[in-house]
Amino acid sequence: MVAAAFFYLFAGVCIASAFMVIAGRNPVTSVLFLILTFFNAAGLFILIGAEFLAMMLVVVYVGAVAVLFLFVVMMIDVDFAELRAGFLQYLPVGALVGIVFLIELVLVVGTLFVDPAVLHTAAAAAATDAPRAGVTNTEAIGLVLYTDYLFAFQTAGFVLLVAMIGAIVLTLRHKPNVKRQDIAAQVARSHETSVELKNVPSRAGV
Amino acid sequence: MEIGLVHYLIVGAALFTLGVLGIFINRKNVIVILMSIELILLAINVNFVAFSIFTNTIAGQVFALLVLTVAAAESAIGLAIMVVYFRNRGTLAVEDVNLMKG
Repeated sequence: MVAAAFFYLFAGVCIASAFMVIAGRNPVTSVLFLILTFFNAAGLFILIGAEFLAMMLVVVYVGAVAVLFLFVVMMIDVDFAELRAGFLQYLPVGALVGIVFLIELVLVVGTLFVDPAVLHTAAAAAATDAPRAGVTNTEAIGLVLYTDYLFAFQTAGFVLLVAMIGAIVLTLRHKPNVKRQDIAAQVARSHETSVELKNVPSRAGV
Repeated sequence: MEIGLVHYLIVGAALFTLGVLGIFINRKNVIVILMSIELILLAINVNFVAFSIFTNTIAGQVFALLVLTVAAAESAIGLAIMVVYFRNRGTLAVEDVNLMKG
C-alpha cells in the first residue's frame, strides 16, 4: 500500500515535471525541472528494485549532464523570448502528434499480454541470466557486466572517449596573436640556426 | 492495487510522448530539443528496467546502462555543437541551420 502510494507520487511528479521541461518559459527552469524528473525516475527505479541504475541516474544526469546543460544555458547569451515566438504556431500539430502517440502507446500497453509464466515464476528464475537469490542488484549487474557483456561495456567506454575528444575538438579555439611555447620548434633548433658568430673589429663598436 | 509492469509502461509512454511533443512545440529552441531527447531516452530506460525486473533477467538493466552512456555522450556532443554554432552565428535559431542542404 505504501509502495503504491510512493509509486503514484514519484510517477506523478515525474510526468508533471517532464511537462514543465517542455513548457517552461525559461531554459534554466527547464533544466531544473529536468533534474526533478530524473530524481523522481530514480525514485521509481529504487521502488522497483534497480538501485544501481537509480544511483547511476542521479550521478550521471544530475551530477553531470544537467550541470552541463545549466552551464551552457547560462553562458550563452540568447534572447529566449525570441526563440519562443513560434510556440503557438507549432502547438496544434505538436499536440495532435502527441495525442495520437499517447493513444497508440496506451493501446499497445493496454492490450499488452505478458505471459504470466514469464513473470516472477520458476521459469523466470531458471532463465540463464537471472540473478541468483541473495545477490544484490549492484552485484548482479557486476557479475554479468564484466563477463557476458564485456564487449558492450568496452564499446560504451569507447563511445564516451569519442564523445569527449569530439567535444574538446569542437570547442577548442586557437586564438591568433597568442605566444605559446612550441616544444617541437625548440627541440628542432640546431647550433647553426641559433648561434651566430660576429667578428667585431677592435675599437669599432658593434 | 498492486503496482505491476503495466503501471511502469504507462509512465514510460507518458514520458516518451512528452519528449516527442517537446521536440514539436519547441522547434526553435535547440536546448529544449536536447532536453526532450533526454526525456525520450529516460522513457526508454524506464521500459528497459521495468521489463528487466518483472521478467527477472538482468540484461535489461545492463542495456539501460548503455543507453545512459549514449545519452551522456549525445548531450555532450550536442551542447558542444551548439556552443560552436552560437560562436559562429551569434544565435541559436535552428531554423536557419540549412547550410548543408543539398
